[in-house]
Amino acid sequence: MKNLKLYLPVLVFAALAVFMWRGLYLDSRTLPSMLINKPLPEFELRSLEEGDQLLTTADLPNEPFILNIWGSYCLPCLQENPIFMAAKDQGVVPIIGLNYKDRDDAARYWLDINGNPFDLVIVDDSGRYGIDLGVYGAPETFIIDANGVIRYKHIGTIDYRAWEDEIMPVIRSLREGGNS
Amino acid sequence: MRFLSLAGGFVLGLAVLFSSAPATAQVDVFEFDTAEQEQRFRQLSNEFRCPMCQNANLTSSTGGVAADLRREIHRMIMEGQTDAQIEEFMLSRYGDFVLYNPRLTGKTILLWFGPLLFLIVGGWVTYSIIRRSAGKGDLALAEADVKTVGKEEGAEKTVEISAAERERLNRLLAGINTDSDADKS
Repeated sequence: MKNLKLYLPVLVFAALAVFMWRGLYLDSRTLPSMLINKPLPEFELRSLEEGDQLLTTADLPNEPFILNIWGSYCLPCLQENPIFMAAKDQGVVPIIGLNYKDRDDAARYWLDINGNPFDLVIVDDSGRYGIDLGVYGAPETFIIDANGVIRYKHIGTIDYRAWEDEIMPVIRSLREGGNS
Repeated sequence: MRFLSLAGGFVLGLAVLFSSAPATAQVDVFEFDTAEQEQRFRQLSNEFRCPMCQNANLTSSTGGVAADLRREIHRMIMEGQTDAQIEEFMLSRYGDFVLYNPRLTGKTILLWFGPLLFLIVGGWVTYSIIRRSAGKGDLALAEADVKTVGKEEGAEKTVEISAAERERLNRLLAGINTDSDADKS
């Protein structure tokens, strides 16, 4: 009893230290998405290429695909562009771009210079559809399954590690699930 | 004199007004039909947390998404939606994070009652410490009483009660701090 009391401050310190050490590595910037396992919200938005044609969810691929929220103003989007370009070149997975709160001319110029990895670019210049998706800043990346259901969300830049360890395993499991 | 103090108050008021202006960085202008709608808009914008800036509410945030969300709140108010509907709109998209005044759910129960838990534990610790030291104080007082009584009314009682104590006192005076003594402290 006497010894336990003596070590109590040390124990309290140790418990606090564990919590605070963990807190150092918690990512408070990444909010969990409310839309996982929910259908992609409906939209009627322009395509960046053909200005007057309205796109809906019916224009999206009928297989698992990546929906990348990007903008020409967004530096991390530039950083993840080579990964998407490589994926496009190898035909790994369809990638749809959502041009978020951007200007059309700036977006087109950005794609001309840096390469266009997107099969389709949807324009959300007002950011209204972004709100439906729970987006709060580019880049954000969703994985949608063949039935149009959101299955995964990555917030922030996709680097090679995120691509290999997060994105591709989800894509593969969705494909296997779809085939069986 | 009264005029001077009024003018001083006016200048002070202006200073406060302008110094607090940058704190509300909201630049967009919304129009409302009624003062009640405007009041609701202010209240809702103050209660929702900006998902991007994290430590700012929608009113004070300059983030792009905060401006969009203020616009949405204005739209929903003008469409006649209730506060509950607007809250549901925000929750279904951004989750509990956006509420500065969190709901009471299984996930937030520790958030709500954690402080009460700490208060109870702290109160219990404080109570037991106070009770122990108060008990000691009573013992000391009782000893003093017994000694005084013993002097006045006779030695029998005094000897009976304080024999062990006296022995301990003697040992203390002799500079021998024993284990039994440490246990009691």
